[in-house]
Amino acid sequence: MSQPREEGRRLPAREGSPWTGLWAVVAKEMADHLTSARMRILEILIVLTAAGTVYMAIQEIRTTIAQDPFLFLRLFTTSKDPVPAFVGFLGFLIPLIAIALGFDSINGEFNRRTISRVLAQPIYRDALLMGKFLAGLFTMTLVLTAIWLLIIGLGLITLGVPPSPEELARALCLLLLSIFYGGIWLAVAMVFSVVFRQPATAALAAIAIWLFFLVFWDILSSLLASALLPIRYGTMEEILAQTKLAMNLARISPNTLFSEAIIPILQPNVRSLGLVLTWQLQGAILGTPLPLGESLVLIWPHLTGLIAGTILLFALSYILFQRREIRV
Amino acid sequence: MDELVIETEGLTKHYNGVVAVENLNLRVRRQEVFGLLGPNGSGKTTTILMLLGLTEPTAGWVRVLGLDPARQPLSVKARVGYMPDEVGFYEELTARENLAYIARLNGLSGRVAQERIEEALGRVGLLDVADRPVATYSHGMKRRLGVADVLIKKPQLIIMDEPTQGLDPEAAREFLRIIRSLKEEGITIVLSSHLLHQVQAVCDRVGLFHKGHMVLEGTVTELARQVLGTAYHIQLEAEGSPESITAALRRLPGVTDVSWDGKYHYRVAAVEDLRTEAAGAVMSAGGRLLSLELDRPSLDDIYARYFEEVEHVPAA
Ligand SMILES: Nc1ncnc2c1ncn2[C@@H]1O[C@H](COP(=O)(O)OP(=O)(O)OP(=O)(O)O)[C@@H](O)[C@H]1O
Ligand SMILES: [Mg+2]
Repeated sequence: MSQPREEGRRLPAREGSPWTGLWAVVAKEMADHLTSARMRILEILIVLTAAGTVYMAIQEIRTTIAQDPFLFLRLFTTSKDPVPAFVGFLGFLIPLIAIALGFDSINGEFNRRTISRVLAQPIYRDALLMGKFLAGLFTMTLVLTAIWLLIIGLGLITLGVPPSPEELARALCLLLLSIFYGGIWLAVAMVFSVVFRQPATAALAAIAIWLFFLVFWDILSSLLASALLPIRYGTMEEILAQTKLAMNLARISPNTLFSEAIIPILQPNVRSLGLVLTWQLQGAILGTPLPLGESLVLIWPHLTGLIAGTILLFALSYILFQRREIRV
Repeated sequence: MDELVIETEGLTKHYNGVVAVENLNLRVRRQEVFGLLGPNGSGKTTTILMLLGLTEPTAGWVRVLGLDPARQPLSVKARVGYMPDEVGFYEELTARENLAYIARLNGLSGRVAQERIEEALGRVGLLDVADRPVATYSHGMKRRLGVADVLIKKPQLIIMDEPTQGLDPEAAREFLRIIRSLKEEGITIVLSSHLLHQVQAVCDRVGLFHKGHMVLEGTVTELARQVLGTAYHIQLEAEGSPESITAALRRLPGVTDVSWDGKYHYRVAAVEDLRTEAAGAVMSAGGRLLSLELDRPSLDDIYARYFEEVEHVPAA
């Protein structure tokens, strides 16, 4: 009856669902997030940002643009010196929130020496990892939705006109995009929380990646492009090819994907994210606005890019975590 | 198979070529309290982790409650309680909240969970502090909470890694009381410990680990016979002629050694419990018996002697 097993062989079929206990983990983690001081600070930060930027936007909208079919969307995109637009802030606030929610998710369990106790319960590691990811994502969804409602509410009160269904739909798309953008940064933070035993190291590593993409990646991608495809004869093709490469390289950064993707959503008259793209949201191309469906087609690659990146990173943390020796 | 709760064959774990556990054949029967002994790094924790499916064995075969921990980890973990050597809790949560999370992970909710939590907390005497954050608990209270935590799932087998470390003597005694009462309820218990007198007080059988091998296994008496040669030491005090008393005791079949410690005190080493015969021998030698006591072989002696010997003879 005894059948000796080979060395380190992975067993094919596992009993039961890998998600047993998932919702217990999600509920516990969300409760932790929502009551934590860390979250309180982030909430204050983001509420202040939203209130400040939207207040400035309203001032600006009142004085300059009186007639605009997409007045409501202006709340998100209008800036008034010296305050940038709300979406500009979102681009770096969201990674911050995501990293804050994820950087100590797994190593925290090791450090509190709770991991072996939790994994001695009838659940798989899958459920713990996924539960923590989902809890972070849901918490972010909750916070972002609250902010979103706050801005819509402020708009209703101060602008005095209700948003059109299309405006609402576009604003909702922005919310969804923000959540997916948060998802990828949450996945980054969780990878580091598996790799590094010290939460501080994990946080630092995640912030380093974030800063790298925020500050250096654009510069680096144009440098890389000019190194890989140098302009020898100054022909149009050469210049185009180089610019295109630089742009595609830049899109490796989630920040770029996000900031590009919100342009057609919030500025319906932007018809292309190709070479005509300018980095300011202000520099929109004039013309007839695109219907929402076509704007979505424009950003579809960006959205799938964000989701694919999230899945890849999650898979990476999964593999690393499965191999981890649970001994504290 | 008479109710083997744990059965392993050739269980082996190597870490990059370093032997942690080698060719372990362990058998623990139902309602038994089994102690894992051995110096630091001898493979006790590794064995425990493999039994729970928390570490994958390099080779070998394991059954826990008739289940394979690698193939049926959920069924195994639903029935086996594990208290790690460094048990930790969510410090900002109360004891009740900590246990509630564990209950939910075990698929328990509502009244059932509530009742189990109350029962477990009551059992370890933490009811009146149950709503305090665990951060305010002392080391001993956390250990007790660890026991409550294990009881939530109503396990058939409890595995505890060094459960009594850092407990004061009274707390340790209380702990042993709890272990005995769990055994009474039909729960099988495996524990590792360095506190030999506690192991001796509570364990039915012990296994002695050395460099990943289980080198000795059995009841304390059996180990004593193997390691100390004789299993029984009788201490007796008697008045009378030391020479004739010693001679009479020596003549008893089964006595291996008799020593006279001056005045009235004698030590008799024997292969079995020869108290009655010893008393008879003293009387027949014209002595007056003052006291007669059987020295239980002490695990401390066995342990010390065993490792004294292996230090001279390197383990094969
Ligand atoms: N993750 C690991 N990588 C490499 N070696 C390991 C690892 N974990 C344990 N070991 C080795 O395996 C051996 C057995 O360790 P184990 O923790 O099982 O000992 P133990 O009997 O529980 O000791 P202690 O009484 O100190 O708790 C040790 O030599 C240890 O160094
Ligand atoms: Mg150990």
